[in-house]
Amino acid sequence: MAKFETLVATAAPLDQRDVNTDAVIPGRFLRRKREDGFGECLFRDLRFHADGTENENFVLNQPAFREAKVIVANENFGCGSSRESAVFALYDYGIRCIIAPSFGDIFHNNCFKNGLLPIVLPETEVSELRAQAGTMQGTPFAIDLQAQTVTGVDGVARRFEIDPFRKRLLLAGVDEIDFTLGHMDKIAAFEAAR
Amino acid sequence: MARPLTMFEKIWAAHEVHRDEDGQSLLYVDRHFIHDGSRTPYKQLADRGLAVRRPDLTFATPDHYVPTTSRNFADVDGEDRKDMVASLTRNTQASGVTEFGLGDARHGIVHVMGPEQGLSLPGMLILCGDSHTSTHGALGALAFGIGASEVAHVLATQTLWQRKPKTMRVLIEGELGAGVSGKDVVLALIAQIGVNGATGHAIEYAGSTMETLSVEGRLTICNMSIEAGARAGMVAPDQATFAYLKDKPHAPKGKAWEEAVARWRDLPTDPGAIFDREVFLDASAIEPMMTWGNRPSEALPVTAAIPDVAMVEDPAQRRVLQAALDYMGLKPGMRLAEVPVDYVFIGSCTNGRIEDFRAAAEILKGRRVAPGVTAIAVPGSGLVRLQAEAEGLDRIFIAAGFEWRYSGCSMCLAVNGDMVPPGKRSASTSNRNFVGRQGPEARTHLVSPATAAATAIAGRFADHRALGV
Repeated sequence: MAKFETLVATAAPLDQRDVNTDAVIPGRFLRRKREDGFGECLFRDLRFHADGTENENFVLNQPAFREAKVIVANENFGCGSSRESAVFALYDYGIRCIIAPSFGDIFHNNCFKNGLLPIVLPETEVSELRAQAGTMQGTPFAIDLQAQTVTGVDGVARRFEIDPFRKRLLLAGVDEIDFTLGHMDKIAAFEAAR
Repeated sequence: MARPLTMFEKIWAAHEVHRDEDGQSLLYVDRHFIHDGSRTPYKQLADRGLAVRRPDLTFATPDHYVPTTSRNFADVDGEDRKDMVASLTRNTQASGVTEFGLGDARHGIVHVMGPEQGLSLPGMLILCGDSHTSTHGALGALAFGIGASEVAHVLATQTLWQRKPKTMRVLIEGELGAGVSGKDVVLALIAQIGVNGATGHAIEYAGSTMETLSVEGRLTICNMSIEAGARAGMVAPDQATFAYLKDKPHAPKGKAWEEAVARWRDLPTDPGAIFDREVFLDASAIEPMMTWGNRPSEALPVTAAIPDVAMVEDPAQRRVLQAALDYMGLKPGMRLAEVPVDYVFIGSCTNGRIEDFRAAAEILKGRRVAPGVTAIAVPGSGLVRLQAEAEGLDRIFIAAGFEWRYSGCSMCLAVNGDMVPPGKRSASTSNRNFVGRQGPEARTHLVSPATAAATAIAGRFADHRALGV
């Protein structure tokens, strides 16, 4: 799995609460193969009109945010379906970090399996960062996973909390299956004791 | 004396193989259900040369991409869907996993099939790569949905890394009004606590209402736990649970059954156990519910009118609600019972069980679907369909003008080709009213089976209690 250590990149504000994974990737794209990529399906029905033309009002279509690798979202981002294709779509498009006051649980877990960093910060701080991303368009945000900080346009390093287990695996780019294969003796003993 | 424990804590502790220095638990999985969205995880295994560790604990059925108009593989819509379905058969055969395929009467939506087969049992840790896996918790299990990478992890190791969620007890007290179902209860709950009201929590539903509710009603409530953001939903196993499970094909038999029931009696939450949160719901005040917006929390009694969203104080909430009204083609003040429908769908892992078809048939008996309404009934499993037919329910549905289909997820998420056309409005017994869920620009309203049936007859949303059944 891809490591995540630091990131300096444009952040796009997506000020909508309860963005579900059906919105991140509509169901009709779920039968794509992983190797074919999901980037073009990201936010498909928000990024594009029904006739296939771009919706210029959608934030990722605006010139300042076309290269964004960070999304500053709102409450409950990624709620709903367990579809990991939502993470595939974000990652394949180029997004590496999402900042929100809260996430859907399954989406949050799925992010860590794919090198995408979900950052939880208090609502007021996320609002500030979203406003900065919107007004100082294109000025990069800096994210440091080891230090657990997000630095917005104002230069203030805001500390975020993260599960230390997830942090460890993400920093090292450790694949979780490989990691667990190191525990197979414990699993076998558990099975034998049942 | 030992600290009193919640049922959740007991099941969690019984499955903890190992706890990492950083506090994550490696949990042992008793039952893993897989479906026709499992091509990616199987490929992850193949790429590493790993085998399925416990094919005997893994059960498969293709539910998402299969046609509901026939049981022929040739009717699977398109080559890419055919590959999804065929790859499940190919992968399960190669790995020794039992599959209830298209031609098998035991085929069904994975969350209908599991309980029905007795594969989901009290005290188990049950996982599936589908967010509605919380359904199985109605039998006193810990069950939750996982992503594709986690499915691969479970296939390879029979375990999953998890951080222990918080606990929430939803206490539901009082007698339900006549014709008010589990679906109405859970919609009322989500309306009360919101779509992230239970995020990060495992819910235990308790109280007098839950105790008297049928197992199928409990399955419906646990099913929609995820729509309040919950990690899981569960109900303590009791006599009704044991009666439901006894003699199910995979339930323990004979002496093993007696021993199992004795163990299961120790599962319920100890008196005095503390939950991180408690929520109370007055069951006697709940009416038949329906959603009007694009989140399951936008639910109101069928007899109500659309609220004035301009009055909502929080700007982020107001924007979402205004966008929902625009998408749904509705205006504040409109009475829900005046809104006409084009499609009615009865089925899904939420409401695709025999009790659901009985409730709808009672309304439909001797009546006709309104002109211009397309109505389809999709049993949740082959066995539900057979049971309904044995009871003559299929004839009631067909005489009323419904299509009587074969089992599958169908129009709940519309990935098999069963779709609501753009701009059309649907009354659906499923679980999500998201934008585009039942097809691009489709307008979905979530309802109970009885409300769906009454709505099909009226051609607009209707209070089934007014039909005097």
